Amino acid sequence: MSVNVRIPTILRTYTAGRAEVAAEGGTLAEVIADLEKNHTGIAARVLDDQGKLRRFVNVYVNDDDVRFEQGLETATPDGAGVSIIPAVAGG
Amino acid sequence: MAAQTVASTTNTVTSPDSAPSVDLGPAAALSCRECGHRVPLGPVFACEECFGPLEIAYDFSAYDTEELRKRIEAGPANIWRYAPLLPVPADVADKPNINPGWTKLVQADNLARELGVTGGLYVKDDSGNPTHSFKDRVVAQALEAARAFGFTTLSCSSTGNLAGAVGAAAARAGLRSCVFIPHDLEQGKVVMAAVYGGELVGIEGNYDDVNRFCSELIGDPAGEGWGFVNVNLRPYYAEGSKTLAYEICEQLGWRLPDQLVVPIASGSQLTKIDKGLKELIELGLVEDRPYKIFGAQAEGCSPVSVAYKAGHDVVRPQKPDTIAKSLAIGNPADGPYVLDIARRTGGAVEDVNDEQIVDAIKLLARTEGIFAETAGGVTVGVTRKLIENGLLDPSLTTVVLNTGDGLKTLDAVASDTGLTATIRPSLDSFREAGLGS
Repeated sequence: MSVNVRIPTILRTYTAGRAEVAAEGGTLAEVIADLEKNHTGIAARVLDDQGKLRRFVNVYVNDDDVRFEQGLETATPDGAGVSIIPAVAGG
Repeated sequence: MAAQTVASTTNTVTSPDSAPSVDLGPAAALSCRECGHRVPLGPVFACEECFGPLEIAYDFSAYDTEELRKRIEAGPANIWRYAPLLPVPADVADKPNINPGWTKLVQADNLARELGVTGGLYVKDDSGNPTHSFKDRVVAQALEAARAFGFTTLSCSSTGNLAGAVGAAAARAGLRSCVFIPHDLEQGKVVMAAVYGGELVGIEGNYDDVNRFCSELIGDPAGEGWGFVNVNLRPYYAEGSKTLAYEICEQLGWRLPDQLVVPIASGSQLTKIDKGLKELIELGLVEDRPYKIFGAQAEGCSPVSVAYKAGHDVVRPQKPDTIAKSLAIGNPADGPYVLDIARRTGGAVEDVNDEQIVDAIKLLARTEGIFAETAGGVTVGVTRKLIENGLLDPSLTTVVLNTGDGLKTLDAVASDTGLTATIRPSLDSFREAGLGS
């Protein structure tokens, strides 16, 4: 499965400044592992020491927040858009 | 008295890592609340190491307590009296700004009698701000940061109140504004945001969807030169809520309240009120004694309350469904910090349903002549519930926040609030209706 991953500004040092990169994987965990293969260091920014999504990272597969889905096991269908976004607040 | 140096508990420093390139007064650097990683002042909000939220680190080392107190008391009747404690330049009061703050702290004796509070009950009524909500306080900080960083467009994601505050502040400052709101907001809030002449864009989704969109826009060339007050300017913006803590204490005669009841949307306001109280203690402006902070949510959007009651440290997001739209943030970024503060201070987090919110709006209006928006109904309703549950001590001084004006959420009370009677213009008709004394 090939997906497009939107990279937030603070992670673009790992993607040579690119805002969007392609990655492979049938689940979000596989996509992050593939990102790490091509952009070394990025996984440790997104995942904590236990391998879980960091508290202040939101990830969307298409329009769905993966915390409402299956987290890292959320399916990433071919052509899906994956967005990694720092959590922000407001109101 | 000797100069006070503020300790690290409030994320302050005694000397900056390097001289800031912009003049934002005592603000020295940005520091990650999670891992402590420091970066220079700039329009960034997330830590490049761990994604944690960045906060302002200050240099308050030069302040003498009594001189600072006199300076504040001699300052303008708005938030700029606290400029020495905020990330703003010293001449901030001279710039075009809507100058919010110094709102009334109402001694609510009638409400206290209804609720059985004997230790003194106060309502901090922030409906008195220029656009009728506390958001003017935070936007005023963000506007100064936007000026410092050279942004030409002021923007935000909003549940309504913030949209109006940004529109008004940008109008006064002569900046362009373009703000994003959920498409189904109350009509009053839409009008109050649109009237200032900026661009107002409805997004087909809830607030969390709007927030996500804005976060993506920041990383895109289409959003270049835009200062999103609650995204890339968030570290500066959030500091505005500290002024609620400063004002409450000064209005109580430089005294800490025993208990505060604060609404929770993102949780930012509650965490900054706690930060402000700690700063006042560490600067010696108030006596150091315990205080309790209670968080208030609507049942239909209660992720922090649910986590608190379950004893969890993490907050599981919810899909909001409540009349309290200004608090309808299902994925509150500062939720974990709210849990820490409620537990550390001996407070609690509670929620009330929509019916209880409406009842509380009417109770506050009937007893104190204050018409609160739904968020104010949440705090008053939660105060009543906390007293009934024995979690809030009625014998202690308690401050309840009303963060917005009821005119913004007329729909919430319109269905069962109206005419007492309709009569002919005659005395007989008046008497027949049983209205005479």
